[in-house]
Amino acid sequence: MMPPVSSSADQQLDPQGAVQPVGSPRRRLRRWLSGSGLIGLAVVTFWLLIAVLGPLIAPHGVGAIVADDAFAPMSAQFSLGSDYLGRDVLSRILYGARYTVGLALAAALLASTAGTSLGLFAAVSGRWIDEVASRLLDALTCIPSKIFALVMVAAFGSSVPLLLLTAALSYLPGAYRISRSLAVNLNQMEYVQVARARGEGRIHIACIEILPNMIHPMLTDFGLRFVFVVLLLSGLSFLGLGVQPPAADLGSLVRENISGLADGAPAVIMPALAIATLTIGVNLVIDSLPGRTSRIAAGALR
Amino acid sequence: MNDLVRIAGLRVVARADSGDESAIVKEVSFSIPKGEVLALIGESGSGKTTIALALMGYARSGCRIAAGSVHIGDTDVMSLDSRQLSDLRGCRVAYIAQSAAASFNPAKPLMDQVIEGALIHGLMTRAAAEEKAVDIFRSLALPDPEHIGRRYLHQVSGGQLQRLMAAMALITDPVLVILDEPTTALDVTTQIEVLRAFKKVVRERGMTAVYVSHDLAVVAQMADRIVVLNRGEVRETGSTTQILTAPSDPYTKALMAATKPVERLASEVNIERRAAAPPLLAIDGLLAGYGRREEHGLPRRLVLNDIGLTIQRGATLGVIGESGSGKSTLARVIAGLLAPAGGTVLFDGAPLAPRLAQRTREQLRRIQIVFQNADTALNPAHTVVRILGRPLEFYHGLHEVARGKRIAQLLDRVRLPADIAERRCADLSGGQKQRINLARALAAEPDLILCDEVTSALDTVVAAAILDLMAELRRELNLSYLFISHDISTVRAICDEVIVLYAGCKVESASRHALSAVPLHPYTDLLIASVPEMRQGWLEQVGPSASLPPVGANAHGPGLCSFLQRCPVRIDGVCNVTAPSHVVTRSGKEILCHHSDEQLRHLRDPLRVVGHQPAAENAK
Amino acid sequence: MNAMTLIAKRIGIAMLTLLLVSIVVFSITALLPGDAAQAALGQSATPETIAALRAQLGLDQPAHLRYLHWLIGLLSGNPGQSLSNNVPVRELIALRLPKSLLLAGVAAAVSVPIALSIGILSAMYRDSRLDRALNLVTLSMVAVPEFLVATLAVLIFAVKLHWLSALSYAPDNPGMGQFLRAYAMPVMTLCFVIVAQMARMTRAAVIDQVSRSYVEMAILKGASPARIVLAHALPNAVGPIANAVALSLSYLLGGAIIVETIFNYPGIASLMVDAVTNRDMPLLQACAMIFCCAYLALVLLADVVAIASNPRLRSQ
Repeated sequence: MMPPVSSSADQQLDPQGAVQPVGSPRRRLRRWLSGSGLIGLAVVTFWLLIAVLGPLIAPHGVGAIVADDAFAPMSAQFSLGSDYLGRDVLSRILYGARYTVGLALAAALLASTAGTSLGLFAAVSGRWIDEVASRLLDALTCIPSKIFALVMVAAFGSSVPLLLLTAALSYLPGAYRISRSLAVNLNQMEYVQVARARGEGRIHIACIEILPNMIHPMLTDFGLRFVFVVLLLSGLSFLGLGVQPPAADLGSLVRENISGLADGAPAVIMPALAIATLTIGVNLVIDSLPGRTSRIAAGALR
Repeated sequence: MNDLVRIAGLRVVARADSGDESAIVKEVSFSIPKGEVLALIGESGSGKTTIALALMGYARSGCRIAAGSVHIGDTDVMSLDSRQLSDLRGCRVAYIAQSAAASFNPAKPLMDQVIEGALIHGLMTRAAAEEKAVDIFRSLALPDPEHIGRRYLHQVSGGQLQRLMAAMALITDPVLVILDEPTTALDVTTQIEVLRAFKKVVRERGMTAVYVSHDLAVVAQMADRIVVLNRGEVRETGSTTQILTAPSDPYTKALMAATKPVERLASEVNIERRAAAPPLLAIDGLLAGYGRREEHGLPRRLVLNDIGLTIQRGATLGVIGESGSGKSTLARVIAGLLAPAGGTVLFDGAPLAPRLAQRTREQLRRIQIVFQNADTALNPAHTVVRILGRPLEFYHGLHEVARGKRIAQLLDRVRLPADIAERRCADLSGGQKQRINLARALAAEPDLILCDEVTSALDTVVAAAILDLMAELRRELNLSYLFISHDISTVRAICDEVIVLYAGCKVESASRHALSAVPLHPYTDLLIASVPEMRQGWLEQVGPSASLPPVGANAHGPGLCSFLQRCPVRIDGVCNVTAPSHVVTRSGKEILCHHSDEQLRHLRDPLRVVGHQPAAENAK
Repeated sequence: MNAMTLIAKRIGIAMLTLLLVSIVVFSITALLPGDAAQAALGQSATPETIAALRAQLGLDQPAHLRYLHWLIGLLSGNPGQSLSNNVPVRELIALRLPKSLLLAGVAAAVSVPIALSIGILSAMYRDSRLDRALNLVTLSMVAVPEFLVATLAVLIFAVKLHWLSALSYAPDNPGMGQFLRAYAMPVMTLCFVIVAQMARMTRAAVIDQVSRSYVEMAILKGASPARIVLAHALPNAVGPIANAVALSLSYLLGGAIIVETIFNYPGIASLMVDAVTNRDMPLLQACAMIFCCAYLALVLLADVVAIASNPRLRSQ
């Protein structure tokens, strides 16, 4: 005789993600995030605010040369010192955060939505479409993201739209892979089969039956994509192939001040630390989400 | 005191995500004298497995043992530290889990795992342990005992794995063995051998055992005393005889009552009227399977082979089969989820297209499917309103207000409160979910409902209620059902006609009354005989299967009898050479066999031995 | 299907993928952007010289012919002429590839044992204080940009402590001491991220096994935590762990770019950065293909290990 519902045989990973806890949204949030998660959330919120309000609260203009010395140390007047031209590092960072956060958000959003849609579509369509799409996107995965970015920049230059596209394309295959694997699992669920037997079309099944059950893991994945893009773009800027002067994101700031490294000037370290706090903050938030979502985080790759 | 095991005031709590703790075992006390087999009986959520694990001081993650004492011999289990607990487990106390397939490590050979307990506790050398293991294999009647240990998990069948797990437990000569639903996951025809093996070994060694189960009939064979549990509390304790014949607690009585199959059928009048009209569903020569199409256009893995059946309007057809019989595939083919490779399917006189996309919406509406596991059959992200509203919108084009009214009607029809509509399915119980499942099927106003093991995952009491509901619905709405199950008693209770599937072939088709009367297909005979009866001593009376008659190698040819390997009445030179044909008996049954009607009446399976009454000519 | 057929199938798919990758790389670099000849000669060139250069570079041929031409050149070991240095690409690569492999090899040899140990230990003592602390630490390490690690390393070890020099220079036959001093910081920077990544993925793979029913059975037989992880979970986790190691090592291919640039290390990655800056397409294409090949080779190796360690696939 078959066992009653609750005696479990093997515990397997449940593709439906974390169970929906009952309760108000705030209580839910508190339960989901541990101490480190709350710190991460605070950091992320901080940077989002900076990205929006940065230029309004910056003490000096982005290009204003205000210090007498280049690479001045941290002081009351210049809280993060001055850069190689004598500009205020704090202001530069506040302006630069816009590019870093803004570009990364846009690219991650693009990569996530496109990847999720393609993965969903591949999972509910026939075998052929699935095979072809997966082969193509697998090919893209084989090109390490920085290499791909270099190739794109070499071919098309470093304009902001292009950087956005490059970053999105680099990380789209990863989002596709996760989305497809989740969707394929969910496609086997009996409620999907019931819907099919009813005569529902592919779009209904993809968007109404399957998607709501994948949202949580995909949101987590979005967070990861964001981190990857920040690191990629700032790395590119560091090499001089990213955001071009006169605009500067945090990576470019590190690059232009690299000569101050021998003196230990804050102008070099601070922008790099700023990037690190942003990415670590996002990682802390992702890690403290329960269940399958953090398992994905552990398994994902830059 | 002669008690080997003493539990007093045991209390186990579980911790939910929110941090709240709730007791899943409350104030449980009992004791087990040496050499006795005690059964823990209960439905899901009764705490029986939790108690069994607590005997070893173990609690699953998310649970902890909050209070109470457990004594095994002189040892106070609660006071042991983790090192001492490790010494106890697998050595003096052994555990046999429910699912052998999940309990063995797929990456290591089976012998390594069977003797692991002995090696961990340093009881004997590896060579000695292996020898002992082979001895135990022999006493458990495992095939090829010398070499079976070299195999891996995926190379051994379920029944053999269960016995290997028993060997794994016995290798250290424990004083207490805990059997946790060991045969629940097995087919009923495999279960018998495993039960016999366990009982023999437990009796031979005079072991003390705890047998956890939800199946009273099985427990009646194995246990000396029974503890009945419900929601973590002990309802009744007593000897097996007493509980079976004169239960005193109302819950125990309800449990016993639920296991007696109750007939739920339409009146005779309907049957006659029905017979004259054309059938609602007529299938002929159906072939279906999975994988690429190979020669003859047949799929690589053929699951259904030449299936034919008819369902009259308002009638119920039962499909009985064990695992691998193809019964679920049959449902999927009819629903359109799998395209058949051959044969015809006629619905209400019109051919039913093989693929969903080719069927009309009306055809899709009139056939609905209800699955076994309500957890996966209902979308956890949707509320009940959404789930029930969709078919209403899709098939009938109802708008919001009309939908709301209809949903209330549907909920009423399946005996659920109206306020359940706003909830998500994850919050509902198994029985409630299955009712929603049914309500969803009803929302389409179908003519035929395909029920794929709909009660198999439910507790007996809940399942009985669902069956009642289904019978009622059938009366009120003149529905037809295709009722698929592996449980012969359920099928006999609710269905007018029954077909029996074995390995993709229809081996027998009969009316409900005629099913358990001779003549019988040898497999049906085996199936019926294997269902444990709720009386002590049944297991002993169902004598050991004599060795099967010898038969030569199979001739190459399509359609040889699928039951050949296990058939006790097979004929060398006939059964392994040509395909069997359908024999129509006097009583209106159709049997797929080489033997004739008369021969089958006289042939008895050695399974039914001495002292046991064969099934009556007119079974109830 | 047995193990050999499975592996052969994987190799076949890898070849196909490599072909697709080559098409992608070629399309992006050679087909789409503006006229390379124009770019090479600058604004003041006359149409005749441009046309002549185009013919010389083969740019006037149809796309698929150019692709085939390039592919054949690649396969026969002659990927063309470097536009910026005017030497065969082959020579440049032959000079730099061994250095990159050396760096990658040392980084792999150092990081893999450390990462596996950390990952397995964390899994064994799951949810203990140590595990939680390690989790936070590795989480942060994975998120950190390499140039931060590199700059901090230079700051601490070169500027403040004067133990190591800021540029990585090792003469052609270095003694062990010189070798260590030259390679310490680049290797350290590279290891920083991949150790954390591999450790996390190893931990996840082992824990995934530890949460299964057969481990519960082992616990109930009295197995100690060490035995459970080492004798039970690990054999089943070999596949996912091999995968994690391969993917992380492939990250080395891209991550080396920053490291080679900061420390002025003469490897393939910095060659590629130069190629980008100079818009030197043939060199760029060849370097890109090398990296992709390396990635595929690593993934294939991981697949083979996974197949070999799975008795179900092995013994059929």
